[in-house]
Amino acid sequence: MTNNSPIIISVKDLNIGYEGHAVMKHLSFEIKKGDIFIIMGGSGCGKSTLLRTMTGLLPALSGHIIVNGIDMVTASEEKKKYLVTQCGILYQSGALFSSMNLFENVALPLQQYTSYSSEKIREIVEFKLALVGLAGFEKFYPSEISGGMRKRAGLARALALDPEILYFDEPSAGLDPVSSKHLDDLILEINKSLDTTIIVVTHELPSLFAIGKNSIFLDNKIKTFSAKGNPKELLKNPPNERVLAFLTRGVSDETRAK
Amino acid sequence: MEEISSLKEEKDSVTLILTGDLTKNFSITAESILKSLKGKKQFILKNDNISNWDQTSIITLYNCLKYFLGYVDIKLQNLPEGMECLLSLALQIHPKKENSPTQKQDFLEHFGSWGIFITQRIKFGLDFLKQVLATWGHQITGTAVYRKKDFWLALEDCGPRAIMIVSLISFMVGLILAFVGAIQLKTFGAQIYVASLVTIGMMRIMGAVMTGIIMAGRTGASYAATIGTMQVNEELDALQTMGIPKPDFLVLPRMNAILLSMPILVLISDFMGIIGGCFVCVFLWDIPLSEYIRYSTMAFSIENFLVGIFHGLVFGFVITLCGCYFGINCGRNADSVGKATTNSVVYAIVWMIIMTGIITLICEGLGI
Repeated sequence: MTNNSPIIISVKDLNIGYEGHAVMKHLSFEIKKGDIFIIMGGSGCGKSTLLRTMTGLLPALSGHIIVNGIDMVTASEEKKKYLVTQCGILYQSGALFSSMNLFENVALPLQQYTSYSSEKIREIVEFKLALVGLAGFEKFYPSEISGGMRKRAGLARALALDPEILYFDEPSAGLDPVSSKHLDDLILEINKSLDTTIIVVTHELPSLFAIGKNSIFLDNKIKTFSAKGNPKELLKNPPNERVLAFLTRGVSDETRAK
Repeated sequence: MEEISSLKEEKDSVTLILTGDLTKNFSITAESILKSLKGKKQFILKNDNISNWDQTSIITLYNCLKYFLGYVDIKLQNLPEGMECLLSLALQIHPKKENSPTQKQDFLEHFGSWGIFITQRIKFGLDFLKQVLATWGHQITGTAVYRKKDFWLALEDCGPRAIMIVSLISFMVGLILAFVGAIQLKTFGAQIYVASLVTIGMMRIMGAVMTGIIMAGRTGASYAATIGTMQVNEELDALQTMGIPKPDFLVLPRMNAILLSMPILVLISDFMGIIGGCFVCVFLWDIPLSEYIRYSTMAFSIENFLVGIFHGLVFGFVITLCGCYFGINCGRNADSVGKATTNSVVYAIVWMIIMTGIITLICEGLGI
């Protein structure tokens, strides 16, 4: 199915980083519609910077990010804003608005971008919260629920507008293995049932093998990507030592010790 | 005393032989090793019956070895297991070199970069001011994105909840004003004019300034801290990626709330200050209450009162601007929230003083 799907995001010769110093250079890859695309790499290699650049939070140093035919890098503010609303983002900490309860959090994008009646909005919010297993928690504030629940509530908010593209920033960070597995299952189900394109930044091996259909490996030694493809395939035929070391927790890599 | 360690030079290597109890009397300096290492390729650490060692001896060794790490081949020869393990762990990566040694800037350079920094900050500030003014435009055209609830919460916080502290401080200021004024006026036998002094002083400027300073410390700081924490918590990123303009959502409700409550607070402050003055006059200087009221009403002028209220409005604007600006531009850690809060209060107070000067000049020009 994915082989024939149209390309939804295409990144060409992208340089990312902060004023003057590039963190990653010459990134080029394509994401097909309906993919679960993993951005992996060691800590501090620029995974989150790439995500922040792709979601428009950080300006790109140079290159192109073409989403649905529009170049994010050169697009006008208005178009950029439109693109941004086409995607949902789950932040590492959930990033729920701490002064609002879960209902208000999930309802905010709906009130902002739709003309639904408040009754309709209430129905949608209740449904989205139920989807992530938080039915009945509408009145709770983010500080009153656990970290895992906060992440799921963040996911409900990201799903509120039925986005075409969903970004996840380290979904399993800070979660126990079981909660993390639940979140992975949720990601798979959303991908299957809504055909949402999902982009995940992670370095959790169990998670990336479980959900990843396609991936890119960022190597901070050479400051660019050194592999792409299905993570399971990459494990079978690793293109280089560092990818193998990453995917096997360095177990099969004896050379590093020296 | 037994020999603890010794350096042995060979053709192209140097061997450090470690013997005996390293926890006692073990000392070796980098200089001595470096001297003997000149032109050699290999450095060998050799165990010759080490009876005892601890972390301190390892630290001493590491601090000697780190200087030539990467230039000379370091070899560990049958050291005790733990010792070898710790040393090879510490030696696996070359110490990070400083990227660019910080050069000392000369005066002109320093002055120039300071100038660039300041102009940049002014530009940021003006951009923010423009955005904030634009939010009112959005409100008028009905395109502003903010929650009414936020406005009511902000109004509650900077309105009713601020009344107590504003009243108390203003009462005290009125008291002090009357007390200090009376001592001077007494020498002319003109004590009764204390009433005029307190009334004009509080109405025209002191009421607004005291309210402004309290609100800067109370509300401005809380704006900066709240918004700064939202930045740390990625909430501001979430706003941006939802396409919700930050000035609309964060600044507008707070700005409107403070602008609504400032005139009322200034009014309360004026009133409490006059009561404070009255308190001193009646109980300390034995001026009859009726006299105080009479002179007070005589000194009252609507211009002074309105100038005071205007001050209050400007201060409210400045306080919100500073609080929100530093909150939105906060860094991403706990420390920067503290800095943002401090900055918001300091800048708010400085700008209030500057604005007072400007308003006074304008009033002078207009003859008010």
